[in-house]
Amino acid sequence: MGKLLLSLLLVFAPLSIATIGGGQTVVADIQRQVVDVHHWMTRDEFLNAFAISRMAPGPGSLLVTLIGWQVAGIAGAIVSTIGIFGPTTFLIYGVAHLWSRNPGARWQRALESGLRPVAAGMILAAVYVLLRSLEGGWLAQAIAFASTGVLMATRINPLLLLAAGSGIFLAARMIFAI
Amino acid sequence: MSSAPTERPTALRLFLVFSRIGLTSFGGGLSGWLLREFVQDRAWLSEEEFLNGLAISQALPGVNVKNMAIWIGYRLRGRGGAIVGFCGIILPPAIVIILIGMMFSALIRFPITHLALDGAAAAAIGLSLSMGITAARRVPRGLFPIIVLAATFLTVGIFRWPLVWVLIVAGSISVGVEYAKLARA
Repeated sequence: MGKLLLSLLLVFAPLSIATIGGGQTVVADIQRQVVDVHHWMTRDEFLNAFAISRMAPGPGSLLVTLIGWQVAGIAGAIVSTIGIFGPTTFLIYGVAHLWSRNPGARWQRALESGLRPVAAGMILAAVYVLLRSLEGGWLAQAIAFASTGVLMATRINPLLLLAAGSGIFLAARMIFAI
Repeated sequence: MSSAPTERPTALRLFLVFSRIGLTSFGGGLSGWLLREFVQDRAWLSEEEFLNGLAISQALPGVNVKNMAIWIGYRLRGRGGAIVGFCGIILPPAIVIILIGMMFSALIRFPITHLALDGAAAAAIGLSLSMGITAARRVPRGLFPIIVLAATFLTVGIFRWPLVWVLIVAGSISVGVEYAKLARA
């Protein structure tokens, strides 16, 4: 058991460092390690876990928590969560600390204004990719754009918007068969 | 609504807000939720502070939203805030995902579950897109930042180049240019 927990940690901790720009970038690697290399899960079990992580609220990287739980119970869930979130936590903490120690330093302002266009481009690119791969075709895309418009124009609670999007999509599919 | 933060939340309040976002953010787009809750609704942070933190969180390795939660927590309440931010955004949804895992075979039998979640995921894109539009509109003025933004979007979104390399190349050019600009000023 201890050996299994250690290998979970050794698989997920390095992947944690590789998650730049969002956890979704390492899903293919996770699948390779969990299914092909270590045989902890079958392909179908992995795809089910992935589907659950998509339907659950919270960060998508909690996929790893679920894998840990299915492979080694509660201890596995805890170890895997520490593995995927832990190492980089100290990095961002250190940087946040450094930031508050030297407010307004030139290197800080250069990093902020230099990285902001890159971040904006990355966010828009991720949205573009998501929009193209959305389940549900043009109707889902229309809901996405409508939701953007409503969010920018009003102060609506996002949860209400998610419920409305869900309801409209469901109604269109079930009642009108669009 | 003033742009300057007026009150600082208590640690408990901060934990509850992060947990609520962690527990209700179906379909992704968590950073968009953070922008909405912390900047637009409660004004605990200015938009400027938030976007700077977002740029740093994206450039550093690690799950973005976890980085963001630590960054925001630290800004608002120092070390305790960072811990509270991390725990709030990770622990409650971690418990929920295991519960959903236990009930999965029961839930998955109904096609209605899939449809409801597909619709929520579509609406959740609105959170990311509106945040992307806000971030793009507030990019530092000038032609150069716009070129960097467009090049990043094209290479990552359309050409699907590896994110890490785009980040390293575009990031260092862009930061270098800004640094030189500040040195001259």
